[in-house]
Amino acid sequence: MARSVTPRRKILFTLAAWSVALLIFFPVLWTILTSFKTEASAVASPPQLFTADWTLENYAEVWGRSDYPRFFWNSVVISVGSTLLGLIVAIPAAWAMAFVPGRRTKDLLMWMLSTKMMPAAAVLIPMYLIFQRTGLFDTRFGLVMALMLMNLPVIVWMLYTYFKEIPGEILEAARMDGASLRNEILYVLTPMAVPGIASTMLLNIILAWNEAFWTITLTTTKAAPLSAFIASFSAPQGLFYAKLSAASTMAIAPILILGWFSQKQLVRGLTFGAVK
Amino acid sequence: MGKITLKSVKKSFGEVDVIPGIDLNIEDGEFVVFVGPSGCGKSTLLRLIAGLEDTTAGIISIDGTDATDLPPAKRGLAMVFQSYALYPHMSVRKNIAFPLKMAGMSAEEQAKRVDHAAKILNLSSYIDRKPGQLSGGQRQRVAIGRAIVREPAAFLFDEPLSNLDAALRVNMRQEISELHQSLKTTMIYVTHDQVEAMTMADKIVVLNAGRIEQVGSPLDLYRAPANLFVAGFIGSPKMNLIEGAEAAKHGAKTIGIRPEHIDVTPDGAWQGVVGLSEHLGSDTFLKVNAGDLGTLTLRASGEVNFHHGDMIRFAPQAGKMMRFGTDGKLMA
Repeated sequence: MARSVTPRRKILFTLAAWSVALLIFFPVLWTILTSFKTEASAVASPPQLFTADWTLENYAEVWGRSDYPRFFWNSVVISVGSTLLGLIVAIPAAWAMAFVPGRRTKDLLMWMLSTKMMPAAAVLIPMYLIFQRTGLFDTRFGLVMALMLMNLPVIVWMLYTYFKEIPGEILEAARMDGASLRNEILYVLTPMAVPGIASTMLLNIILAWNEAFWTITLTTTKAAPLSAFIASFSAPQGLFYAKLSAASTMAIAPILILGWFSQKQLVRGLTFGAVK
Repeated sequence: MGKITLKSVKKSFGEVDVIPGIDLNIEDGEFVVFVGPSGCGKSTLLRLIAGLEDTTAGIISIDGTDATDLPPAKRGLAMVFQSYALYPHMSVRKNIAFPLKMAGMSAEEQAKRVDHAAKILNLSSYIDRKPGQLSGGQRQRVAIGRAIVREPAAFLFDEPLSNLDAALRVNMRQEISELHQSLKTTMIYVTHDQVEAMTMADKIVVLNAGRIEQVGSPLDLYRAPANLFVAGFIGSPKMNLIEGAEAAKHGAKTIGIRPEHIDVTPDGAWQGVVGLSEHLGSDTFLKVNAGDLGTLTLRASGEVNFHHGDMIRFAPQAGKMMRFGTDGKLMA
């Protein structure tokens, strides 16, 4: 029997949900509000959520002082590029793991995931040296490769989960119908897994967009994405909270908008297979 | 052409021999049914023929060519799956055209063949729908359509009617039989339902634990089952198998008599108490507790008025009793 929900209970739940959501969103909200304050009111003590002197000056200054479009374009190329390349590698890999698993497939999957648990700092020096010596340092291609490899375990895992939900008989039917392996993946598996592939893509674009450790470490100017753009505002002259907030807002706005419009797809993708 | 020959075909999964070694000839144009209980290896055998499973040993030849190591697409066979296995993102038209597209056929030829198949199978009115918008029977027709357009050497059916309701199953059974009559192409059909096997097959292959128990026409199997397994499996309701003194009287370890070969008669040699009577209108099935003979099933024609607890006398029809030896095989 379904549990009846009394109006009182409903209100309590709603309030609790809003409180948690607000708590999670608060840092973002604070950053956005601060970006419209003067430097003085940004550091006012005690801190004020709202101020009387709203201004767009920070945005004008941030825009004027740096080449935002270049950083933005680098972010787009790196996040979309690494995700697309990751999908090209991961789709056949996940196909093999889901439909023709070997004895060690599960172990392999666990091993891949375990690499995500390794502290990034542990490989900082080797990575830095490799990038420098191979000419990948401060190149978009280098970052695309680095982020692709870094997120590959997540992409493979997500796709593997989606592919496991696709009945094997449909792929066998395709094989009987004369489809080569390439056609089987291209015409049957991929279109059927579109919701899964789309949410994997979105999540990985977000992960790559937000990645800061490697993007800041492995770039200087040419290939620097928006994470480096934000970092450039914590200058040696001191922290300028309002400007830093404006830069941060400009950096997160595109991905926030993308996330907002695709939230349905994201939630559907992430809970896929959880409930049959 | 669609002559398929299996020579010592073996399939093992790890240590387990699912099919220890099978020899079988399937003639061109035959309707062959593989029948047997769950886990007897009938679907595995079909998948070996299809090429969806690798054979561990032995040779599968199709029209005289060794196809053992050929991939499924190169064997010239078409398969209809239990779950229909339609491509959910494609319309009916695209589903049916898919094998033709894979074969690199021109768009006009594809359209011609799809329209022809749709006409044969009455699919024309929902040709642009997606599989999700179709009923079970319609989906199965699409799956058959997809098989027909390829003009294969043989059709393979893997329990295609199991997901349909009883009434639809009877209709589809007839449709598949009619299709066989008109196409005259070899069909291999896997089922666990012996009624389907009896009504559709030219030749039945009874399988048990990966081995062929008997191959023959439905009536051959019905009249002369090679052993107790086939005797118990073919025929509905099942054959009555009697052991003990009554069997010894006939010089056998076990005697078998089908429910329809026992007559209820006042001067019958056997007697028993009616336990259950199932009235089907055209027939009545009686479960009779016959003492030492065990519980027997009798088929009386028409509406017979027996009730629980009634004592009745009955007798086997002359010449219909089958005798099985200690090895379980039919005795002459």
